Amino acid sequence: MSARDEVLSRVRQALGADRTTPDEVVRDYRLTDGRPAGDPELLELLVDRVEDYRATVLRCSPAEVGATVRAALDQGLGAGWAAGDVVVAPGLAGDWRPTGCDVDDDRPAVQLADRAASVTAVAVAIAETGTLVLDGSPACGRRALSLLPDCLVCVVTADQVVGSVPEGLARLDPLRPLTMVSGPSATSDIELQRVEGVHGPRTLLVVLAG
Amino acid sequence: MTATVPPKAPTFLGLPTAPRGVGHLRGDQSFPDAARGALRDGQLRANLGHATSTIRGKRAKVVDELPDWAQLREAGRALKAATMARLDEHLEELERQVTARGGVVHWARDANEANEIVTRLVQATGTTEVVKVKSMATQEIGLNEALEAAGLDVFETDLAELIVQLGEDKPSHILVPAIHKNRAEIREIFARTIPGVDPDLTDDPRQLAMAARTHLRERFLRARVAVSGANFAVAETGTLTVVESEGNGRMCLTLPETLITVMGIEKVVPTWRDLEVFLQLLPRSSTGERMNPYTSTWAGVTPGDGPQEFHLVLLDNGRTAVLADEVGREALHCIRCSACLNVCPVYERAGGHSYGSVYPGPIGAVLSPMLTGVEDNASLPFASSLCGACYDVCPVAIDIPSILVHLRGEHVEAQERPTAEAVAFRGLAKVMSHPRLWHLAQRASRLGRLIARGRPTLPNALPPPVSGWTRSRDLPTPPKETFVESWVREHGS
Repeated sequence: MSARDEVLSRVRQALGADRTTPDEVVRDYRLTDGRPAGDPELLELLVDRVEDYRATVLRCSPAEVGATVRAALDQGLGAGWAAGDVVVAPGLAGDWRPTGCDVDDDRPAVQLADRAASVTAVAVAIAETGTLVLDGSPACGRRALSLLPDCLVCVVTADQVVGSVPEGLARLDPLRPLTMVSGPSATSDIELQRVEGVHGPRTLLVVLAG
Repeated sequence: MTATVPPKAPTFLGLPTAPRGVGHLRGDQSFPDAARGALRDGQLRANLGHATSTIRGKRAKVVDELPDWAQLREAGRALKAATMARLDEHLEELERQVTARGGVVHWARDANEANEIVTRLVQATGTTEVVKVKSMATQEIGLNEALEAAGLDVFETDLAELIVQLGEDKPSHILVPAIHKNRAEIREIFARTIPGVDPDLTDDPRQLAMAARTHLRERFLRARVAVSGANFAVAETGTLTVVESEGNGRMCLTLPETLITVMGIEKVVPTWRDLEVFLQLLPRSSTGERMNPYTSTWAGVTPGDGPQEFHLVLLDNGRTAVLADEVGREALHCIRCSACLNVCPVYERAGGHSYGSVYPGPIGAVLSPMLTGVEDNASLPFASSLCGACYDVCPVAIDIPSILVHLRGEHVEAQERPTAEAVAFRGLAKVMSHPRLWHLAQRASRLGRLIARGRPTLPNALPPPVSGWTRSRDLPTPPKETFVESWVREHGS
């Protein structure tokens, strides 16, 4: 018998011929936050939660995203950064990109480690947990883009901000490669003391438009 | 590695348990023997006391923040129970979906078979280096030893696993495997084992984390094969999930050409929507955060993004034997958050190594004996005061105390010859059913007052068989007079 057939037959034997029907799963936890996506209170909550992870949030109007991305890069890289240090997702809106920046293409992923910062959009943001989700779409870029450069700038628009985890997951496509980002990379492995910045980007800056 | 073939592990209701001679589910000492040394280690107790009290406080704060925690917990329990009841169907669906999206699914009856599969897959790529994401399943089966025996170099990339690997140590906690080491001890390990490390390295956790970053950076960039575990696998979509903090997981899941994921069969969940429950329960119970820094999900292979070859190894290794136990099968609901370790008074004092298995603490005390067969880990179900704190914090409401009692019963029933304890209780039953004998015995026990010499408890160095009881428990000094005697004195007969 193949290992597959044997493991499956063991499962059936373990459950027995008259396997019990378990109780129905009751989803009486909060399925929605109650506030619509983009509600001003949700934006406040997102800012509070993201800053709690020691990431930086810069707020702006939808028209000011480009300038605010540049201001974020000033903070992350120090003034005087070169456009060539920054690589952006191929689908990032044109007026959000710093002039002259590098645009990710099909180069080997490890070459992205040469860049100091990357700029991406997000697919959804979850206010209650301060989570940004990138879904591998052209605006978010491939996974390595938001991983290898040491400074990550994510642009979030107000309509992408939902309250709760269930609302966030419902907006996502599970067939895409997803990365949920809640603050900069961190570890608590030494005496359970949190240290921000290990292998992923050590600096996370969020531009919140709207 | 021993050359002799170990005797076959026992079966449960005809289902094989995890084989002997491979992996890390059995210790070489019983729990009380292993714990005795740990209890004398003041540094270890200080490290554990500090770490567990910190994490308990963080968990309590973020759990209290959610008004619907009780409902989420009940949904988590019900989802796991429903999944187990149809486990075969969900596994078949998972296999179909992963295969349809370009992944290759392998099945492993036990640790040996899983190790063989992974070794063969790594060798087929032609590389000799493997980077690893922290994974309990691969620790359980001893994958690192198997790969090293095949001449491959294995690099643990989680900071705590790296500390354990460099220190030639063993993990002692599910979430923070190096919890037993403090910063000074970790600094010493890094200074001694990392080539080219800054000689002025201090014991500041930030500096130590940066040393690990530098040490592993090149390895990530040149890695061609990674091995990971999985926190969840969604049957309906074939979506695998890894929950982590440092980004080492993302490095391993994203940069290499080949990804091999080893997953216990109980990690499957039926639908994508089920993650809305578990992604709330797990981080708050585990690290005490609202959400862990990084969660990665992927379904098969995505052209142009991440590994272009993906293998999923589905592991039994005793899990179907656990499933066959109607009381104990709940232990398969565990999502490896480690909240039960952090609240356990026994774990906090004895430490993870005393359990002898990669699964320590309350959940380990039920899971390890069931995976190996109770007689191969017979002391673990007794490594608990049954206080119930583990049940209270478990995010999927596993009734660990009831399973502990159930396994104690199994161990007692498995005895073919009468034990000293059984003889003692039989004697006690006889004495307690004859009033004259009982009064005589009570008066005789007063001799204990002589040995106690005025102290409230008897010395723990009594001769056998009494020592079997007193070496891990305090025996109170018998009172001057019995209850009946004082009643007669105060009220007359």
